[in-house]
Amino acid sequence: MIQEQQWLLSLGTFLPLVGVLVMLFIPKKDEATAKGVALLAAVATLGVGIYTLVKFDYDQSQKLQFFTTNKWISPIKATYTIGLDGISLPLYILSMIITVLVMIYSWNHVPNPGNAKAFFILMLVLQVGMAGTFVAQDLILFFVFFELVLLPMYFMIGVWGGENRQYASLKFFLYTMFGSALMLVAFIAMFIITKNHATNPEAANFSFQWFNENGPGIARNTAIWIFGGMFVGFAVKVPMFPFHTWLPDAHTQAPTQGSVILAAILLKLGTYGFVRIALPFLPQAAKTWAPIIAVLAVIGIIYGALGCLAQTDMKRLIAFSSVAHMGFVMLGISTLTPLGINAALFGMVAHGLITGMLFFVAGSVKERYHTLEIKRLSGMLKQMPHLGWILGFCAMASLGLPGLAGFWGEFPALLASWSPATILTDSAMGNHELLYRVLTVVSAFGTVLAAGYLLWLYQRTAFGEPSEEFSGHGDHGHDDHGHSDIHDVNVFEWIAWTPLLIGIVVLGVVPSLMFKVMDPAVQQLTSVFGK
Amino acid sequence: MIAFSSPIIDYHALAPELVLAAGICLVLLVDLFVPAHRRWITGTISGLVLLGALLPVVTLAVVGGDVRDVLSGEGISGRYVVDNFALVLKALFLLSGYVVVLLSTNEMDDGGYYQGEYYVLLLSSVLGMVMMASSRDLVSVFVALEFLSIPAYMMAAWKKRDRKSNEAGVKYYLLGVFASAVMLYGMSLLYGIAGSTQLTVIGEKITLSGPQTGIQVVGVVFVIVGFAFKVSAVPFHTWAPDTYEGAPTPVTAFLSVASKAAGFVGLMIMVYLAFPLARDVYRPFLWVLAALTMTVGNLVALKQKNLVRMLAYSSVSQGGFILMALAMAFTNGSEESSLRAIIVYLIIYAATNLGAFAVVIAVARRTRSAEISSYAGLFNYAPGLTVMMTLFLASLAGIPPLGGWYAKFGAFRAAVDAGGGWGYTIAIIGAANAVVATAYYITVMREMWMKPVPEGADTSAVKVPASLVAALTITGLATLAFGVVPGIIAKVGSLTDLTGAFHG
Repeated sequence: MIQEQQWLLSLGTFLPLVGVLVMLFIPKKDEATAKGVALLAAVATLGVGIYTLVKFDYDQSQKLQFFTTNKWISPIKATYTIGLDGISLPLYILSMIITVLVMIYSWNHVPNPGNAKAFFILMLVLQVGMAGTFVAQDLILFFVFFELVLLPMYFMIGVWGGENRQYASLKFFLYTMFGSALMLVAFIAMFIITKNHATNPEAANFSFQWFNENGPGIARNTAIWIFGGMFVGFAVKVPMFPFHTWLPDAHTQAPTQGSVILAAILLKLGTYGFVRIALPFLPQAAKTWAPIIAVLAVIGIIYGALGCLAQTDMKRLIAFSSVAHMGFVMLGISTLTPLGINAALFGMVAHGLITGMLFFVAGSVKERYHTLEIKRLSGMLKQMPHLGWILGFCAMASLGLPGLAGFWGEFPALLASWSPATILTDSAMGNHELLYRVLTVVSAFGTVLAAGYLLWLYQRTAFGEPSEEFSGHGDHGHDDHGHSDIHDVNVFEWIAWTPLLIGIVVLGVVPSLMFKVMDPAVQQLTSVFGK
Repeated sequence: MIAFSSPIIDYHALAPELVLAAGICLVLLVDLFVPAHRRWITGTISGLVLLGALLPVVTLAVVGGDVRDVLSGEGISGRYVVDNFALVLKALFLLSGYVVVLLSTNEMDDGGYYQGEYYVLLLSSVLGMVMMASSRDLVSVFVALEFLSIPAYMMAAWKKRDRKSNEAGVKYYLLGVFASAVMLYGMSLLYGIAGSTQLTVIGEKITLSGPQTGIQVVGVVFVIVGFAFKVSAVPFHTWAPDTYEGAPTPVTAFLSVASKAAGFVGLMIMVYLAFPLARDVYRPFLWVLAALTMTVGNLVALKQKNLVRMLAYSSVSQGGFILMALAMAFTNGSEESSLRAIIVYLIIYAATNLGAFAVVIAVARRTRSAEISSYAGLFNYAPGLTVMMTLFLASLAGIPPLGGWYAKFGAFRAAVDAGGGWGYTIAIIGAANAVVATAYYITVMREMWMKPVPEGADTSAVKVPASLVAALTITGLATLAFGVVPGIIAKVGSLTDLTGAFHG
């Protein structure tokens, strides 16, 4: 642990709250000021994030840095412990970047029914929850941050969402709540059991360090149950098949900004939980659960892909593709190998950039055409060449084209699942090698399907001639929202999107930028599983 | 004949009760001499009296030290005491009472109610609660319980010309008296077995062994049933929704928070002091009550269209979580974590629920309705109240970082701490219920945030009177603070030591 600049992470996490406080005193009508303050707070937060990037000691990325621990709720032994290592750094920074970009995009895209002040406040609160989850090094603190994102996202979908928003937001909320209630019981059980079995029960606390040291000592049968509780909590968030059904509804109904944040960061809270909490604390149970997770992940890949092929709505298609992509991430995690987990972490960031970008594009398409029905769209490349090309680029990145970020999440995950960790192939404990090989082949087939549905989507929406309905020559061209709305990428969109597009290329060409940071931490984490 | 020797009275320890008693007389007198249009002053005085009674509680806490026998002497000591447990709960009752006064001020003044009498009854009821916290004897427990209940029966029927309010009062009265009778019968059995009314003595005798086992079981069960009525545990909850809906809203707030808490305090005192060796009876009984209370309360709450009724069922279900912690007391050494969990739960729940009722009252001033549908689009014309209500509902649902999560956390912890099949099963049932509960809290949020304002509704800004603003500030800050830094309240919880418990 490196205990330098202990204030840095707290500042980066809670700075958005300062913005919220200031905004509370800005009258509702003064939208420009409210937006300005929010953006300023987000940019300042990102500034702190960049400073963190600069100060981070990359040679010791397996250690927790900027580590600090303080009393918080002493009677229940919960502490305010935060720190950052190579696993959480990319996600921590990504959350800050996404928030800033989403705010820039929102500058002239506040969805109905308006009220920019409340909308921007929710985004800032979301940012606190997301960043906090990635730096928390105490289970209770983690839980609080993990839950903090729930209400803002609920309101974002429910107030600013599409027609079916109330149903979608309720579904999102109840699924997540169900998962986290079981997760909390699992956390408490894990604490009490480790405390009762420890040689020094007085020292028991909720810090990750305590569970790293004492969790593996829990009897295997008990650990399997506790893991089960956590599994539900995290799997709902990811979401894994069969807990995924909230996702297409939430994504389809959420406003563009909500979809982007949801896809880019919130889903990652679940996978991050698996990597950070479930695997290292309960390695003995992970061994039992890994094949189950792997099977569910691959079902998710195929199911998501087939779901995509059946969609008529562009946004819903992207949502189902999320299910498939998160399947690859979970497959990587389930191998319990450094390669697989590295791939998973990379996949998380890549999916954040690419799918976030796809949702941005979908939002802009919707704004221009007032529909996302794939049937009605065509000829985007002719009407709006820039937007069309960006959509094509993102589709390519999403299907895992080598040279773009998506590739480095999927390919190593497949590689890792071909030869999973030795404890999974150890014949004494049940040899799962054959299972993983079959899964590898099946999920490789999933990448083919991905190419299929993405190219199909692109071909139908971007190629050909613009449909009569929107081209301005047809009979329908002069209704209320005729083709006058149809314009190419505007300046706010350019500013919001360029960093993501650059990120996709840079990480695709130089993946070691991230692998180098994550690998030492991942190596240390997987050391509990042996060689 | 034993000569009567008069007990020695510790006036400092008795001061909170004395201040309240003096305050009751003062309010009565003032009410006599003040002209009708200035009767609101009785409310102000009542508030001051409650805060005044809080002073000695604070000084007693500061002086600290050992347990103080309020009345000491031969055969009298140990029956009415002031310990940390009593102090924390007295403070809770007095503060809840104060917030209820704040909620009542405008309601009583505008509604054309009898004001002086209302406040006298309110103060009397609070006095009963304050006594309950100190009682360690069958007689004083029973007297305190009646003292706090009887004024509440009248307060429930305070809207004299309203049929629903009359129904509320009568229903509450009849079932309450019935419960008291059952409890008293149980107490008489306990006394018969132990030969003493002192709870710690009874605790040594109720061992569920020997020739009187059958009678002991009946005694324990009857006492618990009596309290189960007071805390509206399923299946003894049937009075609660009707009473809550019919009573004036501030009274409902009072019943669902303070009165309920007092019931739980009485139940805790009985379980911890009188029944510690009777675990085989009360654990399965309370366990089933807890499971039923959580589940049934929630399922019925889901269907409610009236917010006050919904809050009534939600308070039934919240009581289930407290019962969950209590049922698991004295299992694998979990009695301390159970006790703390319950006290913390009561405090957080009081702040949150009073806050929710404050919003209900503030909104009803405009809409004249407590139907959930009347909250449609509230966000558009009362964003402040909407945000407050959202905070309170989220806290009731147990969503961090609001107080409720910590209360639920403590209850789960107590159950898991006890462990075994009993503990884990009830914890899982609780977890499932926590999810179901969010569904109906969310319904209200959805109504406020996402539904359009009904046509023709007055959408000018809602004016919230100062006393309600004060109540909202107190409860809102408490709800938020308890959630973000639960340390402050956990500390209070860990101070509490129920004298006589944990030594048997």
